Amino acid sequence: MDAVKTKKDNSKMIMMLLKGRTFIVLIVLLIFFSIANPNFLSFSTLTMLAKHVALYGILAIGMTFVIITSGIDLSVGSVVGLAGMIAGGMIQEGVTLTFAGVTLYFSVPVIVLFTLLLGCVIGLINGVIVTKLSVAPFIATLGTMYICRGLASLRSKGATFSNIAGNEALGNVGIKALGSSIAGIPVGAILLLVFAVVGAYLLRNIPFGWHVQAVGGNNRAAKLSGVNVDRITILVYILSGFCAAMVGLINTAQLAAAHPASGDSWEMNAIAATVLGGTSMSGGSGTILGTIVGAFVIGVINDGMTMCGVSEFWQKVIRGLVIILAVIIDQAQRKLEAKMALQVRNETN
Amino acid sequence: MFDDPNVVLHCEKIDKIYPGTKALDGVSFDVLKGKVNVLIGENGAGKSTLMKMIAGIEQPSNGKMYMGGQEVYFKDTNAARKYGVGIIHQELSLFPNMNIYQNIFIGRELKKKGQLDIPGQIEASKKVLERLEHPMDPSMMVGELRVGQQQMVEIARNLLMENLKILIMDEPTSSLSAAEVKVLFKIMRELNAQGISIVYISHRLEEIMEIGDHVTVLRDGKYVADADIKDIELSWIVKNMVGSNKSYVRYTRGPEIQQEPVILETKDLSLPKKGGGWLLDHVNMKLHKGEVLGIYGLLGAGRTEFFECLMGLHPEHTGQIFLNGQEVHPKNVASQIKNGFALVPEDRQREGLVQTLDIEKNISLSSLSDYLKGLFLDTKLENQKADEQIADIHIKVADKTLPILSLSGGNQQKVVIGKGILTDPQIMLLDEPSRGIDIGAKTEVFEIIHQYALRGVSLIVISSELKEIIAAADRIYVLSNGKCTAELTGDNITEDNLVLASYAGHHQPEPSQAAQSAQ
Repeated sequence: MDAVKTKKDNSKMIMMLLKGRTFIVLIVLLIFFSIANPNFLSFSTLTMLAKHVALYGILAIGMTFVIITSGIDLSVGSVVGLAGMIAGGMIQEGVTLTFAGVTLYFSVPVIVLFTLLLGCVIGLINGVIVTKLSVAPFIATLGTMYICRGLASLRSKGATFSNIAGNEALGNVGIKALGSSIAGIPVGAILLLVFAVVGAYLLRNIPFGWHVQAVGGNNRAAKLSGVNVDRITILVYILSGFCAAMVGLINTAQLAAAHPASGDSWEMNAIAATVLGGTSMSGGSGTILGTIVGAFVIGVINDGMTMCGVSEFWQKVIRGLVIILAVIIDQAQRKLEAKMALQVRNETN
Repeated sequence: MFDDPNVVLHCEKIDKIYPGTKALDGVSFDVLKGKVNVLIGENGAGKSTLMKMIAGIEQPSNGKMYMGGQEVYFKDTNAARKYGVGIIHQELSLFPNMNIYQNIFIGRELKKKGQLDIPGQIEASKKVLERLEHPMDPSMMVGELRVGQQQMVEIARNLLMENLKILIMDEPTSSLSAAEVKVLFKIMRELNAQGISIVYISHRLEEIMEIGDHVTVLRDGKYVADADIKDIELSWIVKNMVGSNKSYVRYTRGPEIQQEPVILETKDLSLPKKGGGWLLDHVNMKLHKGEVLGIYGLLGAGRTEFFECLMGLHPEHTGQIFLNGQEVHPKNVASQIKNGFALVPEDRQREGLVQTLDIEKNISLSSLSDYLKGLFLDTKLENQKADEQIADIHIKVADKTLPILSLSGGNQQKVVIGKGILTDPQIMLLDEPSRGIDIGAKTEVFEIIHQYALRGVSLIVISSELKEIIAAADRIYVLSNGKCTAELTGDNITEDNLVLASYAGHHQPEPSQAAQSAQ
């Protein structure tokens, strides 16, 4: 009897370790890099880290919703670039109406809202292509990825908008605020926190979140339970587009510049953070907290290795290994979970 | 020790235990050489499980199999194939995206110098199809073939096994036309003449009388009886299949329930079948308030499609549906749930549960919109409702935040039923609610049905277990080939009447004769 109990306690213990694994990895990485480079834990490095992680993290929150429905959104990196170019262009050059011969300048809040709306529209297009036209999410968003990247370059014929600040006289200053700090904490990091709290709330405390999990866990059962599968799917892509546009704005504000190639391949960082955080690529399960921890792990590996002078080439190799390892451990967790569920089942019978 | 020359394969006391249920319990079974060996039993009797053991798809928990006096163990289908055992699945296991010869040779492709010998495979495919009297161009895509033709490809695939000794056929005729069935029977006889044994599973009793040599009856995972077909009559099979030891408490709500107002009515409800014919053929049904209505029929009779039409999954259906006298046009599941319908689907794992969600979320998934406080979920109320439902229908739950798979099959099924009840339905549709759960849980499920009928809910129950449906229903419609072939009430509800009506309209030679022999 005692032996059985110990065994059960053991597997509970292992389970806790497995569930907290990404967090444990994060702590280990922080200790490792602070030993390797004493400057790593300085305030300025951590602020820099927070700025970087804010970008991946917000993208990854949107991505988490998409992946839980067992979809994928490859377009987010390009949307970051496009959002930056649109917002930057509206501040720098305004909107010229050729037929009327006037150039309109909008205030920053209007520009921000417009850019976020644009992100939602791209998400809506992704969602409609995936659901109503039955195109595989990978292909649909691969297509919009290229289209958005192309549009971003077309906006300025490939040129960069630099020194974006706005003009007091035109009343369009203020984008800087998104890249600044409040009490030493970057606004991006604060926004990440806001997005994370809202995201976790959406996923856990409103019907939408449960429906997202149901759609990814068993599409047919969700449909037969009265879940509007198409609407939920479209909504998660809109959410992802919204997050990507937000990241585009923050990035532009942080750099005070917009470049058409901004955000190139960031979708991969977002996917990696999501997977590291324990979201299953086959859909159905995942948490926002996990994703945030995953985004920090990616950020710490990137910044830490750079500070320790690891070559960019090796960084890529190591990043790849970490991701594969994470998924292998994730599989082990799922197997253990299934085993424990069966154990409970046999005991109650 | 088991080396009777007339027995190709002998199963000795086979057990198969799945978590929660014992699918086979000490079953011994002989496959006679060069004969059509029929296995028969109600759904869940263990026929398919026994097949899977013989074909190497699954392995027995206990017990042994012998071929030619030697013990054999099939760890997978390849091992079974080595001993000459082939299987034709009920649901064809072909690749619709590949052509005929690729399908025939998949897994044992002919090679020449390490490369695929395509002309050789085409040639061999042609020959074997000619032998089956179904000459087809081997380079045609399988997805473009009719189901009957696909069946021939499946048979051809097995005929190419050089040492074929046993061919298992699991409901091979369920999708064939009468002419195709004739050809199939002829082929079966030819195979017999070559010394090949056939293990044949079918629900169509008249077919068994026509083609079978020896029949073995299973019930609840146990061996019941076996006999040579020439010595028995149809009624013998029905009697043994149904048995008399298993009895359910019969719940009825009395004949006065038929005086209650009609809550649901269908008029000429029809659903066309792809490639001609009808899945539902002008079905007229009525459901009274507080009544439990049974629907009985064979696989493919249109039972599930009937429910799907009511739930709005086939907006393309024709005919009319009246709810409380008002015509409704079901367009999607969500709107039908609002209209007061709830569905408990046939396949619990595939259609009923979201395996990645916990017990609580599964049970409240359909009724989340009832727990809204503004935009947000009132988790307290949701929690309380889930608890109430779990208590109300006695779901055995240690902790409702555990994964759904921590429950036994019976309790999982109760979660699916509870999910439906939480939407506060006026009409509940239950598709095979007792499939794959143990006897105790079955009884409880039917008790739940009775309880909710007393509370004024109207229920329609599909079941292919005769005893169950007789015990549960006030009135029974029988479907056969999409047609409603009988409406039984009161004393007319008998096993014989149900079985006979369920194969009315199938391609049997003389229906009157079959009816006579069943009496």
